[in-house]
Amino acid sequence: MTTAETPAAPRHPRLEEPGQGGGLRDVFRHRYLLSLLVRKEVRVRYQGTVFGFAWSYVKPLVRFLVYFLVIGLVFGIVRRVPNFAVHIVAGMAMVHYFTETFGSATKSVIKNRALVRKIYLPREMFPVASLLVSAVNIVPGLVILFGAAVLTGWYFEWVMIPAALLGFAIITAFGMAVGLLFSALNVYYRDFSKVVEILTMLTFWSCPMIYSFDRISDLFFADPDLRWAGELYLANPLAISVMLFQRAFWVPTVANDPTVDQTQVTLAPDLYTRGLIILAVSVLLVFVAQKVFTRLEPSFAEQL
Amino acid sequence: MATSIRVEHVSKQFTLRHAKTLRRMVTQVAHRKPLKGSYYALDDVSFEVEQGQSIGLMGHNGSGKSTLLKLVSGVMRPDSGSVRVAGRIAGLLEVGAGFHPDLSGRDNIYLNAAILGMSQAEIDGKMEAIVDFAQIGRFIDTEVRHYSSGMFMRLGFAVSVHADCEVFLVDEGLAVGDAPFKRKCVRKIKELHDEGRTLFLVSHNIKQVAKMCDRALVLDQGRLALDGSPDDASKYLAGEYDEDIEGDDF
Repeated sequence: MTTAETPAAPRHPRLEEPGQGGGLRDVFRHRYLLSLLVRKEVRVRYQGTVFGFAWSYVKPLVRFLVYFLVIGLVFGIVRRVPNFAVHIVAGMAMVHYFTETFGSATKSVIKNRALVRKIYLPREMFPVASLLVSAVNIVPGLVILFGAAVLTGWYFEWVMIPAALLGFAIITAFGMAVGLLFSALNVYYRDFSKVVEILTMLTFWSCPMIYSFDRISDLFFADPDLRWAGELYLANPLAISVMLFQRAFWVPTVANDPTVDQTQVTLAPDLYTRGLIILAVSVLLVFVAQKVFTRLEPSFAEQL
Repeated sequence: MATSIRVEHVSKQFTLRHAKTLRRMVTQVAHRKPLKGSYYALDDVSFEVEQGQSIGLMGHNGSGKSTLLKLVSGVMRPDSGSVRVAGRIAGLLEVGAGFHPDLSGRDNIYLNAAILGMSQAEIDGKMEAIVDFAQIGRFIDTEVRHYSSGMFMRLGFAVSVHADCEVFLVDEGLAVGDAPFKRKCVRKIKELHDEGRTLFLVSHNIKQVAKMCDRALVLDQGRLALDGSPDDASKYLAGEYDEDIEGDDF
């Protein structure tokens, strides 16, 4: 370490090409900067508000109330899905982790164009920071989920740990892959952020959150001719991740309840195997996305 | 002496997209006009800089100065040829690019210094010197959006000059703050140079280059037109260059 009064005499390092990114590994080397970027985003979010971080609980609570009242009570789903409240909240945690990551990562490079155009940093830094910020932002949702589950008779089983971790890992890897990919594409054509908005809208309906998997099972898995549609549904990382979270937080609250019709407590067949396969594919996608990013990144500064 | 910057046969071409929307593309094609155009921002530029030299990069607007600076800093890559630099690069490139208005001066120092590649320990060690240099004093824990524009620029400058580097880039950013602060900036940059850092200064200002640089490069429409003393550069640019308008930054 040096101080300003006695600066280190310059070394004589080797000549190197500046701006040669080392990809995600380089981001890890800059983890101090990464932590500052994440802290900045988290801190700035509720700056200037009197209630501060408390606001982060309001949004998921209101969202939950709307789903519960309109979809649960008005549409009458509560009769079809036991402990519907926890069923949605478990889904919401994963769905919003993903949509927030996807949306903010896609815009992350453009948002930081002032930096991208002036100073060389590993540009993967920006989507990675978005992912981490989103991960921090789901904490209130998780607290609400845990509280709701405990209030409705949740108990601890060992299986919840791998289930919840696998669900979280899938979204993290898949979110990283699509975040990297779209953040780079969006620099070239802003149309991609519109595509992301539409995909985000679809995400919401593509998971067993406001309806139960029981319905999908009846529709697609009962009929051998429609099985392909069921398999397609289960190829969605979001759907699997949501069900893994439901396995961890929702199933314990309903599985041993004699008043519950157990046929309504249905999750995807071979949930863990599917989860592991999807995680492996998602990790592979991260490598592919990194390749694309590395290809597009050298001309970011001139495109912005 | 070791080589600090080596630029070999570097060219950089920019593409201009004439039609950005599908509708415009269709009309362009219908009128048999091209969809894209391109021009050379840099055309076969080569030079070498020794460690510890101070170079003034000059030329008119649009001559390719900023592009060359961006290639040296690694923000852009050349289309052909190679740019190589020895050691860490820091500099005054649009002072305060990484500042966030809602963070305090102190938080912004951490953020900006980390962007310039400093570690937490390094920043902790230099914090006092940076705050001192910026003359921010008791406002250091105030949010930056309440700063005057002078304070904002001083803070940005203070962080940049405290970055540990071998190559220091200055993009016409010298004219910050009031006259005393400008003098302080120039002194500090000279000090960085005296300590053996390579200085790469982009400027319109012949007096400034003559004062601070031992060598000047002049770019003319993307080509290296002159590589010589600041005097030569001023002679080359004289006639077309009106010193009286831009000559009084110091």
